[in-house]
Amino acid sequence: MSSKKTLFDKVWDSHVVHHIDNGPDVLFIDRHMVHEVTSPVAFLGLKNRGIKVLHPEKTFATADHNTPTINQHLPVEDPLSANQLKALEQNAETYGISYWGLGHEKNGIVHVVGPEYGITQPGATIVCGDSHTSTHGAFGAIAFGIGTSEVEMVLATQCIMQAKPKSMRINVEGSLNKGVTPKDVALYIISQLTTSGATGYFVEYAGQAFRDMTMEGRMTVCNLSIEMGARGGMIAPDEKTFAYVQGREFSPKGEALNKAMTYWETLFTDEGAQFDKEITFDASNIEPMITYGTNPGMGIGISKSIPTADVVEGGAATYQKSLKYMDFHEGENMIGKPIDFVFLGSCTNGRIEDFRAFTAIVKGRKKADNVTAWLVPGSHKVESAIKEEGLLDILEEAGFTLREPGCSACLAMNDDKIPAGKYAVSTSNRNFEGRQGPGSRTLLASPLVAAAAAVTGKVTDPRDLMEMEMA
Amino acid sequence: MAYDKFNILTSSAVPLPIENVDTDQIIPARFLKATERKGFGDNLFRDWRYNSDNSPKQDFVLNNPIYGGKILVGGKNFGSGSSREHAAWAVYDYGFRCVVSSFFADIFRNNCLNIGVLPVQVSPEFLHKIFTAIEVDPKTQLKIDLPEQSVTILATGEKESFEINDYKKANMTNGFDDIDYLLNIKDKISEYAQDTPL
Ligand code: SF4
Repeated sequence: MSSKKTLFDKVWDSHVVHHIDNGPDVLFIDRHMVHEVTSPVAFLGLKNRGIKVLHPEKTFATADHNTPTINQHLPVEDPLSANQLKALEQNAETYGISYWGLGHEKNGIVHVVGPEYGITQPGATIVCGDSHTSTHGAFGAIAFGIGTSEVEMVLATQCIMQAKPKSMRINVEGSLNKGVTPKDVALYIISQLTTSGATGYFVEYAGQAFRDMTMEGRMTVCNLSIEMGARGGMIAPDEKTFAYVQGREFSPKGEALNKAMTYWETLFTDEGAQFDKEITFDASNIEPMITYGTNPGMGIGISKSIPTADVVEGGAATYQKSLKYMDFHEGENMIGKPIDFVFLGSCTNGRIEDFRAFTAIVKGRKKADNVTAWLVPGSHKVESAIKEEGLLDILEEAGFTLREPGCSACLAMNDDKIPAGKYAVSTSNRNFEGRQGPGSRTLLASPLVAAAAAVTGKVTDPRDLMEMEMA
Repeated sequence: MAYDKFNILTSSAVPLPIENVDTDQIIPARFLKATERKGFGDNLFRDWRYNSDNSPKQDFVLNNPIYGGKILVGGKNFGSGSSREHAAWAVYDYGFRCVVSSFFADIFRNNCLNIGVLPVQVSPEFLHKIFTAIEVDPKTQLKIDLPEQSVTILATGEKESFEINDYKKANMTNGFDDIDYLLNIKDKISEYAQDTPL
């Protein structure tokens, strides 16, 4: 066996506490993020077993999934949601866990606040009861979503039992075209691989396109790894990563930082290391993307037409069911389709860079009358930056308002539900039937595409609006 | 939480020949607000099962009395999407003990194994045979033999084996869970924790 290791191998192998033959590895978890929806039953399990949280100092809780995005200073109206939030608060107190509840200055979406406060670090193992935990892989961490039984497992033992996934490297070579964002790169890859194309794999993203991206952009890409079925995705840390992490509240300082840096600098895939699968794409083939169906793999370049059933993979019946739900037809163009809602937010595209991109397009324009726009920052920190950078003034001038942080219409557990039959261009991550509210129809896209839709009231190629700016 | 032991299950099956059944269909997010693991079966496939006025949709398989049993048979890429264990709870709470498909999403598969629902992955051809057998006779019996790792369509005798790792298999047959195992190697874990780089 070769001694050359992938980035994934290095992080995984250094966290194996115990190996079971023909079974899973016992993996030590460095950081455990907790939120209100997937944790109550896990805490109940601890209570029933009569045990404590083993490492409360490695556990961080925030409320995000179930929270309102307006009037957060008022009591939460829905009694079930209020109950769940209360349960998290109490559990955090009982077990001595940092808790950033509603109204707390550090509150926000779990995958947005983790990096913001330096909880997310290169080479760490990070889990959370939420599939988009893959976001943290942007820092060269092994980060993945877990179920509630596993949340209980990590609370109780700081370990998780997992069979080591296979490895895949996805290279995107060359630089991105104008108007093409990290979101488009991810939607493009998913459209090529399908939503199950990476099931059983852990992905490493490599190549110039990712090296050129900011940390925010890398988070968007890693966030969407789960939508091609992968357990997670990661990017080797570099100077950008180290610069981002340093100086944040929970990141190592002084001697601890030196020690961490020694480890972090080993975090790359050795030349010649083998992957179970390797795929390469050319960045110049990617254009702004949009989805037309009911899974994230059903995406196309915005200027293309909806494929016909005979060229898609999988059953024609399932495909047609999906188009019927969307009320779209084979061969139609997406450009020009009227839309009703725009959602800017989520752990995929709710960071400051996303608001900058959105604002750049709507600047000097007006929100279309037929569009309801929900602009939801991923955290209070993002919200403050929007204000401090003057973006809010531009957004308000263009007829937009800002809501308070949370998951919001990404999964529609709160009141932010897209009504049945309505079309939403959303920067979130899932366009499943009813994901954004019963009967809602979601078109996933980048913040630029969302902005173009918000000011024109229909699906619009953002490059057209960017061109006008330059002329 | 320890769960029911699983050995051999012989039952009729409910067919759901749809691909990419995601967890938002299995249980929509608005039903995730409970703080206890109770009552999720009522909302299994909620939006496929009920109209918005809560009347049952007659054409959905769970509302068709000719189908029933402890086995759910789904199309390829079953359980994709969210990590919500509530999806597996809903499947369990409704009364299923086994889900058969030609492909499972990772987290859903893990969640099932963690709560005592057996995910059985068969070849696309065998899945097709099962769907056909149920079409011919909705009461057709499937035998899921965990010790032998096989699934048999009793009416035709057609049989295929399935994979499961030894550790998980032992857990399922004994009704143990991972936490029991981990608590037993506590010392090894605290030894590791003494010297983590982060
Ligand atoms: S924003 Fe959406 S995907 Fe992200 S954590 Fe919240 S619900 Fe999950």
